[in-house]
Amino acid sequence: MTDGVGEAAISVVNLRVSYGEREIIHGITFDVRKGETVVILGGSGSGKSTLLRTLVGLERPTSGEVWIQGVNTAEISEREMDEIRKKMGMSFQGSALFGSMTVGENVALPLREHTSLEDSTIEIMVRIKLGQVGLSNFEDYMPSELSGGMKKRAAVARALAMDPEILFFDEPSAGLDPIIAAGLDELILNLKKAYAITIVVVTHELASAFLIADRMVYVDRGHIVALGTKEEFQASTHPRVRQFLDRVPEPEVIEELDYLQMLTGDRKTMKG
Amino acid sequence: MALRVTSKIASVSGLVGSWTLSGFAYIGDLATLAGQSAHITLVGPFQGRRLRPQRAIHQAMAVGVEAIPIVSLITFFVGLIMALQSAYELRRLGAMQLVAGTVAISILRELGPLLTAIVVIGRSGSAFAAEIGTKKVTEEVDALRTMAFDPVAFLVAPKFLAMLVMLPCLTVWADFMGIVGGCVFGVTGADFTISSYFQATRDSILARDIYTGLIKSALFALVITAVGCKEGFSTGAGAEEVGRSTTAAVVTSIALVIVVDLVFTSLFYFINPT
Repeated sequence: MTDGVGEAAISVVNLRVSYGEREIIHGITFDVRKGETVVILGGSGSGKSTLLRTLVGLERPTSGEVWIQGVNTAEISEREMDEIRKKMGMSFQGSALFGSMTVGENVALPLREHTSLEDSTIEIMVRIKLGQVGLSNFEDYMPSELSGGMKKRAAVARALAMDPEILFFDEPSAGLDPIIAAGLDELILNLKKAYAITIVVVTHELASAFLIADRMVYVDRGHIVALGTKEEFQASTHPRVRQFLDRVPEPEVIEELDYLQMLTGDRKTMKG
Repeated sequence: MALRVTSKIASVSGLVGSWTLSGFAYIGDLATLAGQSAHITLVGPFQGRRLRPQRAIHQAMAVGVEAIPIVSLITFFVGLIMALQSAYELRRLGAMQLVAGTVAISILRELGPLLTAIVVIGRSGSAFAAEIGTKKVTEEVDALRTMAFDPVAFLVAPKFLAMLVMLPCLTVWADFMGIVGGCVFGVTGADFTISSYFQATRDSILARDIYTGLIKSALFALVITAVGCKEGFSTGAGAEEVGRSTTAAVVTSIALVIVVDLVFTSLFYFINPT
């Protein structure tokens, strides 16, 4: 094992990911320590969602290492990855609840399939998990009967079902009004306090990022351009980070130049 | 100009090559899905993985039981039509007593399995593609994977199992309804009674006529499920993609079912040419 992996829940080393010919992530290195909340920030198309998908094993890296709990997931089989996935929970952007099952069945599913618990025990655990996300007494509803915010909460309950050691969130506040989004931020904060769980959140919502993060990673066009605590991040002088924080739109001309640069830049990294 | 023509001709061979390759890749994908499902269903339980028969039973209800009315209706009418059409020719030869045998053999060997397969493609092959495609679009397939479930075990294997059991069963029922359809003509348009029609049917068929039809229907079940699920999994992002994969599932299944039908019908013909 490499040095320092002991304290790190996730350790990403020189990670590269491509879709076909196109490289999305160009060599990213960072750690997520046990029990901390890391927010991955970035604009649309920056590669932050791809990064998250790679961390949970939905995409295979083209090169580099992803160490999760002392195992390099870039080199293991799907079967071995499944063992690690049982200790991770993921809340998807669109909640991804199974539409043909009730909310309770959705939360119960991992417990039914991966454990040999009695049905009555599972029922109690489902109620506990739904209670934790503020959805007590909703177990018999179908996902289609819930509002957007409630669906996300139910998805968090499902992600929590197996008592994961790492929890991933993809855009927790996307498509929600500010009040509901704030409620989800609070839910994440509560989980953090209650379980000392490692949390990785991908978002482009600044307010929510500054509220929940211990540390932040800013991903821009497949590179990490800033990494640090909230304070370090606020004080960052990196032009792209400042642009993001100060909500400055891309000037038209520069956008075209950037576009060209992105095209040629891609080539260079692919050769190199 | 001449150069452009030659380069076009050269590109034709390239196109044929790439079509052939993608065709083989497609068949390979279908075989992989079927193989994985077979492994999960047959080997999985011995490796301590639990099978969930209720999912297969649920599928079997949707695929088989709920298809009975439409399969019955279609094969009944086709049996009747076959009787009318063969009677048209047999009447001139004064061989109306052969109607029962003609209908029985064409239904058992060919029309029963084929029509059932086509109905099931329309009802279930399309539904498989739409279901898996929608789950792909709403990230449910990804959610399964992050929860350490194999999407093939969860979504595909129960469908294979249900189809492999239900399609031959439906075919047996379709065969029966087709013969009943023929019998309606036999009784009303020819000089049969119900019992003499069924007696004539029994006398003119061999066990071989039934089981070759059933073997074919089992193969159709494999093709329909594999194509439906494969198209579902290759759905891209967006709602219109689900429509595209559903259409592709139906069109490809029908084409492949006909090809499989031809291959196995000729195989049965040459293996035992009595």
